[in-house]
Amino acid sequence: MIRLTWLQFRLQSAVALAALAAVALAVALTGPQLAHVYDTVVAPCLQRAPDSCGPTVSAFNNSDQLLQTVLNDAVLIVPALLGIFWGAPLVARELERGTFRLAWTQSVSRHRWLAVKLGVVGLASAVLAGLLSLMVTWWFGPLDQVHANRFDPSVFDLRGIVPIGYALFAFVLGVTVGVLAPRILPAMAITLVVFVGARYAVTTWVRPHLMTPLQQTQTITYSPGFGLAQGADAGSGLFLIPPDPNLPNAWVYANVAVDQAGQPPSSQFLQSACPWATGGGGDGGSGSTGTSQGSGNVTTGPSASGGPTADQLHACLSAIDARFHDVVTYQPADRYWTFQGVETAVYAGLSLVLAWLCLWWVRQRIA
Amino acid sequence: MTAVIAAAGLGKRYGRQWALSDCTLAIPAGQVVGLVGPNGAGKTTLLQLAVGLLAPTTGTITVLGEPPAASAAQLGRVGFVAQDTPIYPTLSVGDHLRLGAWLNPSWDQALAARRIQALGLDPRQRAGKLSGGQRAQLALTLAIAKRPELLILDEPVASLDPLARREFLQGLMEVVAEGGMSVVFSTHVIADLERVCDYLVVLVASRVRVAGEIDALLAEHRRLTGPRRDLDTLPPGQHVVEVSHTGRQSTLLVRSAGPILDPAWTVEPVGLEDLVLAYMSQAQGTAQPGPTLREVSR
Repeated sequence: MIRLTWLQFRLQSAVALAALAAVALAVALTGPQLAHVYDTVVAPCLQRAPDSCGPTVSAFNNSDQLLQTVLNDAVLIVPALLGIFWGAPLVARELERGTFRLAWTQSVSRHRWLAVKLGVVGLASAVLAGLLSLMVTWWFGPLDQVHANRFDPSVFDLRGIVPIGYALFAFVLGVTVGVLAPRILPAMAITLVVFVGARYAVTTWVRPHLMTPLQQTQTITYSPGFGLAQGADAGSGLFLIPPDPNLPNAWVYANVAVDQAGQPPSSQFLQSACPWATGGGGDGGSGSTGTSQGSGNVTTGPSASGGPTADQLHACLSAIDARFHDVVTYQPADRYWTFQGVETAVYAGLSLVLAWLCLWWVRQRIA
Repeated sequence: MTAVIAAAGLGKRYGRQWALSDCTLAIPAGQVVGLVGPNGAGKTTLLQLAVGLLAPTTGTITVLGEPPAASAAQLGRVGFVAQDTPIYPTLSVGDHLRLGAWLNPSWDQALAARRIQALGLDPRQRAGKLSGGQRAQLALTLAIAKRPELLILDEPVASLDPLARREFLQGLMEVVAEGGMSVVFSTHVIADLERVCDYLVVLVASRVRVAGEIDALLAEHRRLTGPRRDLDTLPPGQHVVEVSHTGRQSTLLVRSAGPILDPAWTVEPVGLEDLVLAYMSQAQGTAQPGPTLREVSR
């Protein structure tokens, strides 16, 4: 039965191997150079003088732009492709063409027939996605190091072991849809829609709750990210943008300044503590460090163009610091692999449930 | 006589539509059994139930003494060629033989290779490029090379041209001649029946109208022609299958174990086609385990 599965699967596996070889070639040709530039130029620069590395880092980030896009997209869509082209037709083609009547009347129970097909092609899906992710993760290693934002979905979802879980799930989902809706094209379409929906749902609603986030309290200082902003809506007043928590590779859920009662600083308080912030002088002064997420006018940092003086800033900060502190809710960077493992397990578990459903359905319902 | 297929109260429903209902039959071993009936009689459903591709909604069916597809071993004892003789279009002829060898412990590679050679098929040819006749032959080869005790064929020749049909049936007869295999063969081509079958089952609207060895059936059935008369006056033991009256004359198709003694009748033998058509044209729902009376006024 395993040999038959390979025999029927040889075209798809050949296509996949060719594509994988092409990726391997591209990665092997460009990866070492990328690592070399990082080791010899970017890393030393960041170690020596992080503040002055902007141009170096952005040049590095922009290297091999096309390949970056291709590799990221490959890891993103390969699971969906496996679901559509390996999973959906696996049983649907047999049902659509009537060849199941040939297959299921040989001396092999249809239960075993399907179990072997699920096992062999499912394993191939996992191996393919795993190898692809391994290569891409390695290739992106230096770039991800620089970005230091491994929990970002555009990184987290495309690295490590989660693509294996996605591929396995997409494949078994495709098989299941093909068993339940035994027409190839509808099965392919439904597989794509359900897979994208499941991925979105897990990323948005499940992943944040996989582990209880940590909280960290820090004093509000004049450090990167700090700012005061005027709300875009009329009357929404001033609000405070807390400084960046400086937690590289952590997943920051929230970063808010609150007082003992858990209340954020009011607009009136900020106006009295930092009267310069509402003046016209602050217009457009983003300062040297301000990377504010606020909307509207951002006013930070002492500057030559009419910003607050150092004394004004100091008074403002100490008034804020006396009553407010900064609470950061986050998943620490060292939970990255735990999250990868748990999410992969979630998808593997879903795959097992679907595989069981397929086997049950083929034995009981397509009778 | 042991039954290769025994069904009791067998029914299969799709949604609210019954494809087969309350079917009770016993098909004996060691025969080439022709299963005939009009379209929609439930032949395909019955055969698919017999190979376990379908599960019954009601009733029971046993094949070679076991429920169909109960185990890999049971599957190995039954060969099946489905309607439209499905094969894998992208696999070669040789791949199909490999498939058969891999999936069937009892596979007879010598037989398969011999048949493929005799058919003049190139093992490297893709099965999707075969003609309808070659495709049916390939499907038959797969079914018989697993050396089943029972071979079930669901209208395998329905879509073939007359020459391909003859070649297919010849191939089938060669295998049957080796002995040891029962065959159940559904068709609505009565000429095929005469050529290959020695046992007949007529299935109309899920019910068995008549079943028996063809020679015995032909000997028992006769066409009687005589002056018009009341059917109640027939002696016991004579069952009327079909009757037609003209103004002065009655023509009956009668099943009778004994000889027809009444000198008023002109007695003629009945051909298989007439016999089958007489049973098939009986109105639905009136059939009982024995042949029934029905008047056809002409």
